[in-house]
Amino acid sequence: MSTGEIRRVIIIGAGQAGGETAQRLRQAGFEGEITLIGEEPVAPYQRPPLSKAYLKGDIDIDRLMLRPASIYADERIALLTKTRAVWIDRANRKVRVEGGRELPYDALVLATGAKPRKLPLVGADLDGVFLFRTAADVDRVRERFVSGAKLIVIGAGYIGLEVAAVARQCGLDVTVIETAVRPLARVTSPEVAGFFLDEHTRQGVRFVLGGQPALIKGQDTATGVGLTDGAELPTDLVISGIGVTPDVALAEQCGLTVNNGIVTDRFCRTSDPNVFAIGDCAARPMVHYETRMARLESVHNAVEGAKIVAATLTGGKEHTEEAPWFWSDQYDLKLQIAGLFHGYDHVVFRGVMADRAFAAFYYRGERLIAVDAVNRPAEYLGAKLLIQTNRTLPPNVIEDMSRPMKELVASAR
Amino acid sequence: MPKITYIEHNGKEHVVDAPNGQTVMEAAVKHAVPGIDADCGGACACATCHVYVDPEWLPKTGEQNSMEQSMLDFANDVEDNSRLSCQIKISAELDGLIVRLPKSQH
Repeated sequence: MSTGEIRRVIIIGAGQAGGETAQRLRQAGFEGEITLIGEEPVAPYQRPPLSKAYLKGDIDIDRLMLRPASIYADERIALLTKTRAVWIDRANRKVRVEGGRELPYDALVLATGAKPRKLPLVGADLDGVFLFRTAADVDRVRERFVSGAKLIVIGAGYIGLEVAAVARQCGLDVTVIETAVRPLARVTSPEVAGFFLDEHTRQGVRFVLGGQPALIKGQDTATGVGLTDGAELPTDLVISGIGVTPDVALAEQCGLTVNNGIVTDRFCRTSDPNVFAIGDCAARPMVHYETRMARLESVHNAVEGAKIVAATLTGGKEHTEEAPWFWSDQYDLKLQIAGLFHGYDHVVFRGVMADRAFAAFYYRGERLIAVDAVNRPAEYLGAKLLIQTNRTLPPNVIEDMSRPMKELVASAR
Repeated sequence: MPKITYIEHNGKEHVVDAPNGQTVMEAAVKHAVPGIDADCGGACACATCHVYVDPEWLPKTGEQNSMEQSMLDFANDVEDNSRLSCQIKISAELDGLIVRLPKSQH
């Protein structure tokens, strides 16, 4: 436990992890001061829809808000928007914000998130080249996101493919450039990646796989992307989705242990017992995976971190962790993922891809470690439950479509 | 604006003004009604916005869709009137809707 009574909690980072922490501290009965510091001009909001419904224009920023802005005052949460924390003095337990104001804390929560990687290319600063992280980023994109416009997406991860899907639905001409030989290379199996590649190709997306962008061409505005093999692709706008790096600047400044994210124990406590780190910026031992360290970029991880910190700081019942989960919406496909597939040695399928409803179950030895379920929610939830309760099912049983998933899960050991 | 009444498992009632077009989940979250977690924000990915629709209102809220049905299959204490509140869209027709919340969403 932290030393001394905790009366003042400061949370740096007002994304989903930071916002949820403030709320959950109050829900857990914490009566002290809570200060939530964020650089963006708005209260915490959900980021996943940014590359989906928000980009498409189906919903506005109010629909993204985690809670209405008025709730923060009602619950005595001091929300400091447009405010950057610039210095942490751990010895005296103070945070300095831009402008010089110093705020004292008893417990500090770092929820600083991640920053999108900038394209390491000449021309990356041209007008018409966009990063994708905040609502403001997407607002800028949307001005150019018009039917008939040529779009080049660099990076075929989930964000890149979600953007490509929305772009096709909005009538843009879309090319995706990916340096790996297949899309989703870091996040799923070749089989599932192949399914999404086929789907996007059918929807009219062009792919340049194994493509190495060399530069963005243009005078003031991007007009094309040049590849190292000399090819040149004309474009009206470029969206970069080549991943993020954890924002660990403050953690490094104040000397906390950092190793691909701010390192914490399973209670989200950093190398300083009065400082916690959660969400995209932090790495912690995964209780369902032999406590190996992982830094997850997901809603699940943001919310889990908030629940863990709230329970720890209020001395409440220890939070029971859920198995990691993720989702991605592309066209009419809902991909739901449970668990962590890294290190799998074989994969078995339930259902067939041609039906556009199937699930890939990943095994390490006899153990089920993850599922990618496409339009198959029962398989997703069933696998999540199995992973969470440390149970498994033999591959030949999982494949048996004559038995419903619920029945299989009930029979699992 | 339609009014929706949420009744927590302990009996506490919350009456909320819910704008048309939002979902029953969103209206609860925006008014900080405890007992609806809605971790995924309405993407039908987490099954943590489970509610019981007052039987009188069932004809108006409509049926579970197939994705919702599969998700509810794995929720706790599911009844015939169980719904995921992220899948119920608010309209003038639902003015006065009453939903009850389960003991736990997990």
